[in-house]
Amino acid sequence: MDDVMLNQFLLLSAILFSTGVYGVLAKKNAILVLMSIELILNAVNINLVAFGAHNGTIAGSVFALFVIAVAAAEVGVGLAIVLLIYRNRRSVDLDDVAQMKG
Amino acid sequence: MNVTPVLAADAFAQNVFFYAIAAVMAFSAIRVVTVKNVVHAAMYLVMVLAGVGAQFILLASEFVAATQVLVYIGAVVVLVLFGVMLTRAKLGEDVNLTNDYWYLGAISAVLVFGVMAYSLLDYYGDEPLDRAAAESQIPDNTEQVADAIFSQYVVPFEAISVLLLGALVGAIVLARKD
Repeated sequence: MDDVMLNQFLLLSAILFSTGVYGVLAKKNAILVLMSIELILNAVNINLVAFGAHNGTIAGSVFALFVIAVAAAEVGVGLAIVLLIYRNRRSVDLDDVAQMKG
Repeated sequence: MNVTPVLAADAFAQNVFFYAIAAVMAFSAIRVVTVKNVVHAAMYLVMVLAGVGAQFILLASEFVAATQVLVYIGAVVVLVLFGVMLTRAKLGEDVNLTNDYWYLGAISAVLVFGVMAYSLLDYYGDEPLDRAAAESQIPDNTEQVADAIFSQYVVPFEAISVLLLGALVGAIVLARKD
């Protein structure tokens, strides 16, 4: 406990990432899937900032900012699509959106 | 690289805060994907995102932490809550959020975590965080971020601007009632 490990940040990020993976795969509410994607992107951000701090470069923070911007764009378009699905089918259940299933 | 003498008490305090915040984050993250109410899931997501911001502060990246709070807690969660309101009439309990093959998702998540944890522990083991390098960013973190974005990373920055404009137009086109 007398030294801050690099690994503790990376393992926390791994926990968030795998929780997000579970959410994306196991949830059928489209909005919960979007929230799980946010968990995954945040896990990546922790990794980027941790390695940036570890290597003494600002590039990690800059990349994390880019990821935050992309995540904001993604959630905006994603929710617009979810809204469109809801308007057409009265449901955001992803199991109902299976018309393209072969 | 000159390594400044690290105060053990300092690292101890950082570790205490790290593990306290990390425990809240892990608990909240698991609640996000297990709770039966979408609004509660969004509230737990706020806890996770705030925890991520706190970890950024511990990693001496104050500007990213502020952006995290502004963009994620301020905008993304509000957007998600709007999505919940616009797509669901009832806001109560909903037991039907998990699909029939959730156990496959759980197996995949455990496998992903196992592989990542094994490789991280194997490769980084007991490597301490380079605190001297981290602390070199403390005094003028925002200035360094600004310098990097507007010199070395100016092309990706402009690309992000165009992407945000495209997302804005796309979201309006998709969601507009015409």
